[in-house]
Amino acid sequence: MRLPKITRRDVLKGSAAVAVGTFASSAKVLAQAPAAQAITPELIKAAQKEGTVNYYTSIDLPLAERIARAFEAKYAGVKVRVERSGAERVFQRIGQEYATKIHRVDVVNSSDAAHLIVWKNQGILAPFVPEDVAQHFPAEHKDADGMFSSFRLTLCPIAYNTSQIKAEEAPKSFNDLLDPKWVNRITKAHPSYSGTILTATYQTSRDIGWGYFEKLAKQKIMQLQSATDPPKKIVLGERMLAADGTEYVMLQEKEAGRPIEIVYPTEGTPLIIGPNAVFKAAPNPNAARLLQAWMYTTECQQLCIDHGGMRSVHALVKEKPARTPLSKIKLMKDDAAAVEKQAESIKKRYSQLFGV
Amino acid sequence: MTIALPAESAVRRRTFKIDFSLPVLIAFAAVLCVLIVLPMSWLAYYSVVDKAGQFTLENFATLVTEPEFRGPMLTTLILATSASIFCALAAAPMGWLVARTDLPFAKAVRALVTASFVTPPFLGAIAWELLAAPNSGLLNKLYRHLTGAEMGDHIFNIYSMTGLIFVVSCYTFPYIFVLIANALDRIPGDLEDASSMLGGRTWTTARRITIPLALPALLAGMLIAFLQAMTLFGSPAILALPAGFHTMTTKIWSLFQFPPKPELAAAASLPLLVLTVMLLRTQQMILGRKGYSVVGGKTGDPRLIRLGIWKWPAVAFVFAVLMLPVFLPYFALINAALSPIATTLVTPENATLKNVWFTFGLSSTKIALQNTFILGALTATLGTLMALVIGYISVRRAVVGHQALGFLATAPIAIPGIVLGVGLFLTYTQPPFVLYGTLWILLLAYLTIELPAAYQQLSSAYKAVGNDLEDASRILGATRLQALRHITAPLLRTSVIATWCFIFVATVRELSAAIILFTSDTRSCRS
Repeated sequence: MRLPKITRRDVLKGSAAVAVGTFASSAKVLAQAPAAQAITPELIKAAQKEGTVNYYTSIDLPLAERIARAFEAKYAGVKVRVERSGAERVFQRIGQEYATKIHRVDVVNSSDAAHLIVWKNQGILAPFVPEDVAQHFPAEHKDADGMFSSFRLTLCPIAYNTSQIKAEEAPKSFNDLLDPKWVNRITKAHPSYSGTILTATYQTSRDIGWGYFEKLAKQKIMQLQSATDPPKKIVLGERMLAADGTEYVMLQEKEAGRPIEIVYPTEGTPLIIGPNAVFKAAPNPNAARLLQAWMYTTECQQLCIDHGGMRSVHALVKEKPARTPLSKIKLMKDDAAAVEKQAESIKKRYSQLFGV
Repeated sequence: MTIALPAESAVRRRTFKIDFSLPVLIAFAAVLCVLIVLPMSWLAYYSVVDKAGQFTLENFATLVTEPEFRGPMLTTLILATSASIFCALAAAPMGWLVARTDLPFAKAVRALVTASFVTPPFLGAIAWELLAAPNSGLLNKLYRHLTGAEMGDHIFNIYSMTGLIFVVSCYTFPYIFVLIANALDRIPGDLEDASSMLGGRTWTTARRITIPLALPALLAGMLIAFLQAMTLFGSPAILALPAGFHTMTTKIWSLFQFPPKPELAAAASLPLLVLTVMLLRTQQMILGRKGYSVVGGKTGDPRLIRLGIWKWPAVAFVFAVLMLPVFLPYFALINAALSPIATTLVTPENATLKNVWFTFGLSSTKIALQNTFILGALTATLGTLMALVIGYISVRRAVVGHQALGFLATAPIAIPGIVLGVGLFLTYTQPPFVLYGTLWILLLAYLTIELPAAYQQLSSAYKAVGNDLEDASRILGATRLQALRHITAPLLRTSVIATWCFIFVATVRELSAAIILFTSDTRSCRS
């Protein structure tokens, strides 16, 4: 009688070596993605017959609901049931449902790209390539077997309170945060509680070394849990600087006129990828494919950019003029499989450094 | 008074004469076992096995040797001890003033204490964040405004051990206050009259009669406050991490972050459970001797001491204490709800209802509210029904083994919330009952938590009704269940309604907390 354990590590053990570099390297080994699927009248009709689609997602709730309503408005008769939770919770829940043979999820989105690798290796995803993905998405953002592709991207930059710090005095890099004048002034989120921060911690420690975190721990930082928390504390004026946090919350706060500004560190900004996938045993297979296909269109991608502060790699979307375009930002390289392998050691090392 | 069985059941009696008492007993015992024994057994099991399911004491060894657990244990101990002392310092004089003196607004004071009693601890913590965060807190801003101090200077820092002790005390002091005030209410005036007749002055009487009689209640209250502070999760969940430490409850919770370590969580929960049981036994022993405090009978009303010139300082003291758990936090929360930035004072120019609309405009908030009420009603109905039957069986000693039922129904009192949570997680994430991630697990949790109170209310109601009427109906040939339905149930109507309301309110209050923290997760019962 054991707990139905979802050990991503077990699943990954064999495949991790192959899967290094989420999308790119596996492409060389297996390249058998199915033909791209357009949104056809037949697909719409079949979806309307099913009537509903279950979307498990870790997107911010207001945005998830906005996407659902926009889809329902476009395809009358197909209702989207949003089950929103943190990425890890979504992952555990699907694991438990599948362990007990409950097949309820149609389409999934996770902010932790490693989850998709696990599901793919378990063989529970359906190969499906929307037309937009085939035509407008760069190769490193789609799975070679057509199981998933980057639905949304966000960054994990630095932010500061504009009423407390002048633009010219603000730090320009991660290393600038180590200046003694910022003691007691910095807040950040925790890799044990946030997948985004786990990914960011991995990328930062890989590119600029653990020495950065060792010194940062001596700055008496205020430790928060979720990646969405630091920008909020900056807006409140509780701390002047956020060493990390999700960019979309920062953009939303800034565009709502609150005193926050984003800094893309000169060392590079951690990149967080959130892919979407359809399940093989989806109870509403056609509605699932319709939703999946629609979510990669310029319409939905633009909606995520405009209302959710997300980033997109769709070639035809337009960034808001006031935002720094993705192409102008130096990005750290995503490597979901490596994050997966090192998750526990990263969390442990982090806890030892920061004391919680 | 004659209460006869209605004719139609008299007819049915002949055709339908099986006594269901025993099956009912077995059924309820089974339900109670599922509710209580099952989670606690899994808890015990998990604490002594390793990942492979082999017996081991490794989990407990880790608990004692690893600094990552020893730290939180020490923190929890300090937190609970200091909170119970601070609570006693504030609550004891207040209880005395309200119960034994002519303090003006005594009724209002009792009502306000109740208000802090029903404030969910996490909400209090959020409010105090708004007030006393070192940089953005309203009180610190006021301090800097008044003194012209530099940004970064502050007088309060809620993200600290002291801050946590303070907030926890704010929401545990009602336990001591209620116990003290009730004990003092019950002390008869006769003893005090005797003392003053023998020449004791007001203060001598208070010192030598009233205070010693109230001491057991104070001690019991401090134990309860200790327990509450030790097992509290809401306030530490918000304040401990930013302050840079863990308490036992937040540590246990962190063990459920991916990858979950249920074995360690179970092992860490057991000491909390054992300590709770021990402290509750001690508390019962102390209160069990309260008999001597009513030795003079219940004849005389308590005599109120005239405060004289101390009247207004006393009022000032009481309201100063109440500022901390009630006035200031609720002011901060209302301000945050109406202000564009939570820690900016609201003015007629910048007031906004955007936050309010945002919260209630989300369809998921509506579903959550709807679910809260459905779940509250379900829990209340099921809980009242169970308490009704179990209370009957144990008060009337209906069947052999009734003691076990009564014991099981009161046992959840001794299970701290976080420990029950761990037990429920272990139980309902595996066959035969997979309920994790659904609302049903919340139903089970609240049913378990509220059962003891419901059971105690209804069993005392049964005791008040008496046996005779039921016996009469049974002599006339009714089975137990028929007698219960036609005689006892109607007589208990008021108590039943009261119990239902009690569970409903308690559940909805707790649930609202769960839902504010975890909106999306609690919506799953929709399909």
